[in-house]
Amino acid sequence: MGTVPSALKHCLSYQHLLKEQLWIGEPAAPQAGQESQASGLPEYVKIVEVGPRDGLQNEKVIVPTGIKIELINRLSKTGLPAVEVTSFVSSKWVPQMADHKEVMRGIERHPGVRYPVLTPNLQGFHSAIAAGATEVSVFGAASESFSKMNINCSIEESIEKFEEVAKSARNMNIPVRGYVSCALGCPYEGNIVPAKVAEVSKRLYSMGCYEISLGDTIGVGTPGSMKRMLEAVMKEIPLSALAVHCHDTYGQALANILTAIQMGVAVVDSSVAGLGGCPYAKGATGNVATEDVIYMLNGLGINTGVNLYAVMEAGNFICTALNKKTNSKVAQASFNTGAIN
Amino acid sequence: AFPKRVKVVEVGPRDGLQNEKNVVPTPVKINLINMLSETGLQVIEATSFVSPKWVPQMADHTEVMQGINKLPGISYPVLTPNLKGFQAAVAAGAKEVSIFGAASELFTKKNINCSIEESLERFDEVMRAARAASIPVRGYVSCVLGCPYEGKISAAKVAEVSKKMYSMGCYEISLGDTIGIGTPGSMKEMLTAVMKEVPVGALAVHCHDTYGQALANILVALQMGVSVVDASVAGLGGCPYAQGASGNVATEDLVYMLNGLGIHTGVDLQKLMDTGTFICNALNRRTNSKVSQASCRL
Repeated sequence: MGTVPSALKHCLSYQHLLKEQLWIGEPAAPQAGQESQASGLPEYVKIVEVGPRDGLQNEKVIVPTGIKIELINRLSKTGLPAVEVTSFVSSKWVPQMADHKEVMRGIERHPGVRYPVLTPNLQGFHSAIAAGATEVSVFGAASESFSKMNINCSIEESIEKFEEVAKSARNMNIPVRGYVSCALGCPYEGNIVPAKVAEVSKRLYSMGCYEISLGDTIGVGTPGSMKRMLEAVMKEIPLSALAVHCHDTYGQALANILTAIQMGVAVVDSSVAGLGGCPYAKGATGNVATEDVIYMLNGLGINTGVNLYAVMEAGNFICTALNKKTNSKVAQASFNTGAIN
Repeated sequence: AFPKRVKVVEVGPRDGLQNEKNVVPTPVKINLINMLSETGLQVIEATSFVSPKWVPQMADHTEVMQGINKLPGISYPVLTPNLKGFQAAVAAGAKEVSIFGAASELFTKKNINCSIEESLERFDEVMRAARAASIPVRGYVSCVLGCPYEGKISAAKVAEVSKKMYSMGCYEISLGDTIGIGTPGSMKEMLTAVMKEVPVGALAVHCHDTYGQALANILVALQMGVSVVDASVAGLGGCPYAQGASGNVATEDLVYMLNGLGIHTGVDLQKLMDTGTFICNALNRRTNSKVSQASCRL
């Protein structure tokens, strides 16, 4: 194909194109909504940023409290509507989240941004409220083996614990988000039946969770299995209460998210810089990168309210602190074309 | 609805290796192609008959072409940018060739130092010689979703160049997102325009994963009826326009997705992964395939 200069930092047209694609610093263009509507896609997708919790929990390096707080504060300024802050779990199990109280108390709380925290049981819930939490999450699973290995009880037993949390939360007007892990496959059981995902989702929704985030915990799902699973769940839960939480372990995340969006799902979880590897596949990636999701949604004319450039900067901050390369391809490519310095 | 079968065109030995930092010795190239021939892939782009002055990584094109096992039922196309390259390719035993056009004037100028119109005239010589020798020609169109020099590329321009190349006699047109900047939105828009001029059965997509969008873009193309997809084993081949960024989409990750969709490819994913492992060891680099990286299996 002939020689090509490797340095195109001077290339203004590429930078222009990139800036258009990245929608740097600008909110969604006015015609964007129409574009996505015409194609049957949602006009707006809510991005739930899980980097500070799901991401950092699954990173090898433990990050100091000050850095966690700084990361969350930066994310609060990007336009992200929800940032999962930390986990009120015993530090014996999750040492990375041992500073949950300090983080919760230390972050800036921006109006218009929600700051959910994980609360696996009533004790964690009370601790979270005492520390100032105004929204909590509970984690169920569609796999008995996973439930047993992860939280040492059956699905039924875990649901009972969550019901206690949900009851207290209701009394205090605290919204609860429900997660269903292993929605497209389990590291222990293998294949997971869509009906089981639908059943667990329904239990969480019935107990009062306002939103159910369906997680492809080991990233094995493909557009095929995503579609089948969502079809089953959508029979039990209204579309507007559904979210997808895709892992990119097999590179399928964006294709799976696209499939979900085509079916009308309008809430997507992601992690800045793709923080958080996969604990079940050593060296493999985990969470999908927020930057890459937003890039795709921008290209589809879907509004997110998020400034992609600001997210990339937050990603750059945390990767520097963690001394690691970003997992976001958009960040990798953008920082290397000189379009962003 | 998705196509029932997808033809995967493996471009690792050419597009992949050409864009790798390390140059790979001839026997390794030959072994790579031979291993790929055992995976079930039906099309393997073997090399490029370009002057080694421009593309040193492909200097051994004649030895590679003559050295590989050519299995029946498998096609081994080679790049031929002009008549001279075409003749050398045929002399070396090539039975299928490819020509590379672009939807961007600036890209064409920078890449092969002429206008799009002039490049098509050069290709016409190749087309005539190929027709006379009954050699099928595959046409590539670069920069279909964006250009590193021009920026935005109009879908109409892509359709125009594709139509010209198809009319000249190319049996298939591979639409390349050369800098990986496209998204499902721009892919849909571009394909809609091209499909007005070229039958969908003659279209292929060649997506780069520089911005992580490749599989999502490919998914949209499949939904629109495209059933030929280019990919590179282990995701070989970085992006020359964004240092350190990735380029080609990994064949393993593509096949994983197609398997999950119940789409038939004929490709053995395990053998493909083994081939990826081989070439990455030879190149002393990590794979770009996420499927390969992940060790848990279902």
